Amino acid sequence: MDFRAMAAALAATVALPFGLANATDLEVTHWWTSGGEAAAVAELAKAFDATGNKWIDGAIAGAGSTARPIMISRITGGDPMGATQFNHGRQAEELVQEGLMRDLTEVAEKGKWKEVIRPISLLNSCTIDGKIYCAPINIHSWQWLWLSNDAFKAAGVPVPKNWNEFVAAAPALQKAGIQPLALGGQPWQANGLFDTLTISIGGKELYEKVYKDKDEEVAAGPEMAKIFAAADQARQMAKGSNVQDWNQATNMVITGKAGGQIMGDWAQGEFQVAGKTAGTDYSCLPGLGLNQYLTTGGDAFYFPVLKDEAKSKAQDILAETIVDPKVQVAFNLKKGSVPIRGDVDIAAANDCMKKGLDIIAKGNIVTSTDQLLSQDTQKQKEDLMSEFFASASITPEDAQKRFADIIGSAD
Amino acid sequence: MVKQAAAGRPNHLFRNLNSKIASIPMILVASVIFLGGTLWTVIYSFTNSRLLPRLNFVGLDQYERLWASSRWIISIQNLAIYGILSLIFSLVIGFVLAALMDQKIRFENTFRTIFLYPFALSFIVTGLVWQWVLNPEFGIQSVVRSLGWTGFSFDPLYDPDIVIYGILIAALWQGTGLVMCLMLAGLRGIDEDIWKAARVDGIPMWKTYLLIVIPMMRPVFITTLVIIASGIVKVYDLVVAQTSGGPGNASEVPAKYVYDYMFQAQNLGQGFAASTMMLLTVAIIIVPWAYLEFGGRKRG
Repeated sequence: MDFRAMAAALAATVALPFGLANATDLEVTHWWTSGGEAAAVAELAKAFDATGNKWIDGAIAGAGSTARPIMISRITGGDPMGATQFNHGRQAEELVQEGLMRDLTEVAEKGKWKEVIRPISLLNSCTIDGKIYCAPINIHSWQWLWLSNDAFKAAGVPVPKNWNEFVAAAPALQKAGIQPLALGGQPWQANGLFDTLTISIGGKELYEKVYKDKDEEVAAGPEMAKIFAAADQARQMAKGSNVQDWNQATNMVITGKAGGQIMGDWAQGEFQVAGKTAGTDYSCLPGLGLNQYLTTGGDAFYFPVLKDEAKSKAQDILAETIVDPKVQVAFNLKKGSVPIRGDVDIAAANDCMKKGLDIIAKGNIVTSTDQLLSQDTQKQKEDLMSEFFASASITPEDAQKRFADIIGSAD
Repeated sequence: MVKQAAAGRPNHLFRNLNSKIASIPMILVASVIFLGGTLWTVIYSFTNSRLLPRLNFVGLDQYERLWASSRWIISIQNLAIYGILSLIFSLVIGFVLAALMDQKIRFENTFRTIFLYPFALSFIVTGLVWQWVLNPEFGIQSVVRSLGWTGFSFDPLYDPDIVIYGILIAALWQGTGLVMCLMLAGLRGIDEDIWKAARVDGIPMWKTYLLIVIPMMRPVFITTLVIIASGIVKVYDLVVAQTSGGPGNASEVPAKYVYDYMFQAQNLGQGFAASTMMLLTVAIIIVPWAYLEFGGRKRG
C-alpha cells in the first residue's frame, strides 16, 4: 500500500466517528473458544452489532486459567478492554474494590434486574457495597454426568441411571476397550470433578459445611472420607485418558471412545455442534443421578472504567443487551447453559436443559465454589486434585489430610 | 593518557567521559529495574498481597506455606534432576560433537548448520514438536509399533515418574548445538603447535584432549556453563508447551509455580516468596563461585 492510500485509510478511520455518532468499537475479552462456545458468542456479538455498535472479539484460547491473568494484567496495567468475562464470584473482587470496574447500578435499575434475574444469588455475586458491578449472562452447573449410549451398547450393559451404576459398569467398559471415564489433564477439571462428587454423593449439608463454613473437622471426617473413596474410584476409571482440554475429553464421549465424563453443562454445546440428540445418542445425569442439586455459578461480564465517554455509553448498551430476553434465549441455547431470567421462553430447550431448569425451579440450588472460595484456595485445591488424579501413589487418606489443611486455612 | 593523568586529580571523574555517559542508560536499567525490582519483590514477599500489592506484613508466613506445599517440593526436585542432567549431558555431548567436528571432516559447514538449527527454534516450538514426537498415539511409539514391535511402549510424557526426562530430551535437542559451536570456537583457539608438540611426544589423541586441551579451554567452559545454567533456572516455556506441568504435578518447575500463584491464584505474596527463593538459590551457587572466579584477578 503506498503512502497516500494509507493516509486516506487513516483519515477515513478518523472521520468515521463523526459520520456515525453511535458506532463505537468495544473490545470484549472472553475465553469461549470451543465450537459450541464460539457459536454462542457469535449470537451475542450479532445482538450487540444490531444496536449500531461494533463488537471487537477478543477471544483468548486456553481456558479461564490462561485468560484471566491476561485480562487482569491488562486492567491493572492501564490498558483496559471494553468488557470482559469472568466467572460469577470472587475472581474480580479486588479489581472492584480498587475502583477499576464500572458501576452498573443505573443500568440494573432501569432494566429491573433485581426482579427478573433468578436465582437472585447471581446478582448478589455482582453486588459489592450495594452497587452492581457485573451483568450475569448464564447459569452453569458442574454437576452433570454425560454418558455415551453407544459406548454402553458396545459393552453390552444398560446405560447407568446414577454414579454407582456407572462405577459398577466400568469393568464391562474396560473389557470392551472403552475408557470408562474421560478426564482432561488440566487441573481445574479434576478439581471440578471432585466438587461434583462432594455435592452429588455427600449432599448439600456436607458441601456447605466444607466449602461455606470451611469446617476443618468435617473436611477431615468420615463423611468426606467417602468422597475421597469415590474420587479414588474415579481416578482408576479415568486412568489412561491422555487428553488435556475438556472438549477433547467430551469428544471421547461423543465418539463413543469413553463411557462418560463429569463436566459442566457447557459440554452440552459440544454434543449439539456434533449433531447428537439427548436421550438417544447421549444421556445426562444431573447431580450424577444421586443428589439432584446444581450449583448456580456461571459467567458474568464486567466493564472496566474507561475515560472515553462514547465507549462508556456503549458499555451500558452491552450490559443491557446481555440481560435482554431475546439475547438470553439465543445465547444460552447455543451455549447449553440456563438463562439468567425466569421470564423467558425456553420451549426450544432440549431434554437435558429442561432437567436442569426443573431442578433450578425447584430451588435445589447451592452456591458454587467459585463464589465461596478465593482463587488462592481454589488453586491449592486444583494442585492437590490434579496430583491425586494423575498419580496412584497418593492414598485417599493422605489426600484427605492435605485437603483438610487447605480447608482449614481457606478464605 | 599520561598527560591527562598528570594534569591534575580533579579531572578523575571526567576521565573517559564518553564511555561513562554511554553507560548511564545501562547503569539506570540495572539499578532501577533489576535491583529495584528485586528489592520490591523481596519486600512484598513478606506481605499478604493478593491480586494487588499491599504493604501488610505477615512475617515469614508465605515462606512457611511455600515449603509446606508439595507442589513446590516437586518443582525443586524436578529442577534439580533437570538441571544436573542437562548440565552434564549438554556439556559432554556438545564437546564430543565439537571434537568430532574438529577432525577436519568434509561438509563441516553442513553438519554445523544441522546441529545448530534447533537452537533457532523457541522453547515453545521445541516443546510442541517434542510433544508430538513423544505422543504415544502419533509419535515414536506408534511408529515402532507399526514396524512390528507391537509391545513397544514409550510414552514419557504420560508417566509421572519419568516425565521430566521427556522434557530433558527436548531441552538437549534444542540446546546442544549451541554448546557445540561454543566448544568448537574454543577448540579452534588452541594453537596448532600444541597439537604438534603432543604428537611428537607420542601422546594419544584422547589424552591430549582430556589433559591438555580441556584445561586450556577453561574460559570457554565457564562461558558455556553460565549460559546453560541461566537457561536451566528459568525453564518455563518448554514445560508449558510440552506438558503444562502434568501429568498432575509431576513436571512442575519453580518458575511455573511463581507464575501460577501470582496470576492464576491471584496471590502475589506467595508468588513473590517463591521467586525470592529462586533468587536465593541462584545467589548461593553463583556468589561464591563468581568470587573465586573473578574476585582474585581484578586487575588482570
